[in-house]
Amino acid sequence: MTDPRTSVIGDRLERIGRIIAVSSGKGGVGKSMVATTLALSLVKRGCKVGLFDLDFTSPSTHIILGAKGVQPTEEKGLVPPKVHGLEYMSLVYYVGDEAAPLRGADTSNALIELLAVTLWGDLDYLVIDMPPGIGDAVLDLIRLVPRIEFLIITTSSQLAFETVKKQIHLLKELKVPIVGIVENMKMTESKNVQQQTEALGIKFLTEIPHDPTVEAAIGNPEELLGTALGKKVQTITQTV
Amino acid sequence: MHEWALAEAVIKNATEIAQQEGLKQVNEVTVKIGELQQVERPIFRFALSQMKPANFKNAKFHLTTAKSTLKCRVCGTTWLFRKASLDKETAEAIHFVPEVAHSFIKCPKCGSPDFEICEGRGVWLQSIKGAK
Repeated sequence: MTDPRTSVIGDRLERIGRIIAVSSGKGGVGKSMVATTLALSLVKRGCKVGLFDLDFTSPSTHIILGAKGVQPTEEKGLVPPKVHGLEYMSLVYYVGDEAAPLRGADTSNALIELLAVTLWGDLDYLVIDMPPGIGDAVLDLIRLVPRIEFLIITTSSQLAFETVKKQIHLLKELKVPIVGIVENMKMTESKNVQQQTEALGIKFLTEIPHDPTVEAAIGNPEELLGTALGKKVQTITQTV
Repeated sequence: MHEWALAEAVIKNATEIAQQEGLKQVNEVTVKIGELQQVERPIFRFALSQMKPANFKNAKFHLTTAKSTLKCRVCGTTWLFRKASLDKETAEAIHFVPEVAHSFIKCPKCGSPDFEICEGRGVWLQSIKGAK
């Protein structure tokens, strides 16, 4: 007996140029904020972009986008709605305000289901907001999406960067491309993370200062792109 | 209509298996459908018939049903999924992504959402028969 869904995932993603997972070994480093802002920045640059929230148990990209009153349409699969120019997919469409207490196997199954039935259009980029850590979602994406690339977020804290180093080690070992590292919520002038990143042979994409104006811009993408975070993330689009 | 996406996966998977097993003609495909996903069989069957490739021309598709058995990880209670107990919106959400059952269904004994979907989740390709 076989699970037929994995057979069709490659076909579902074949019209997408690049697939970038925004990830981190640690939670609370701003993955969702950077992933959403990156996707919006790429749209602003004229690219066709999808955003897929894979943080099933703690989704937040819909809040950052201010996505309300939208649902995928059902054709010969699920067609993600356009939200601020993005083709946007999230489990939130199906759980609403309810909690989604999923164990690892359930996370894998939901991920496979959505990859198998979501009909993305012709996209230049699909940005994926990952859950924290190097658990099921990371391993499933590496297994099911051979073209996946990782963009890694850290803070200046050694606590975050130590987990990121483990993630880099794993990705290198599995020969998964790493787009680069973003140092987020930076509050000092220290170049420690940049130096350590470059010593690992990984591209240091940018540092984003701690920006207290970001909170007020949540739900308002235009305002978000105007924050210091928004401006810094837009510089990354020249690199990716 | 997302039955089409699932049917396409079954056809693709069955085609891969037929190739691996060197089957020139496929005569029979058995698909197990878990009750939790509430697949609309007429649409699913129609989609299969429309998408089957030339070497599946005479293939019969057998659709079997697996009751959806849920088991609470906290108190061990086992129970069967019943669509009738859900409102339309919830049933539809589970239809699209069966795992969201954890957001809406609770153990009937202890109320926990921490249960295992032991059987009857979604679509499985059970067997394929043909001629070499």
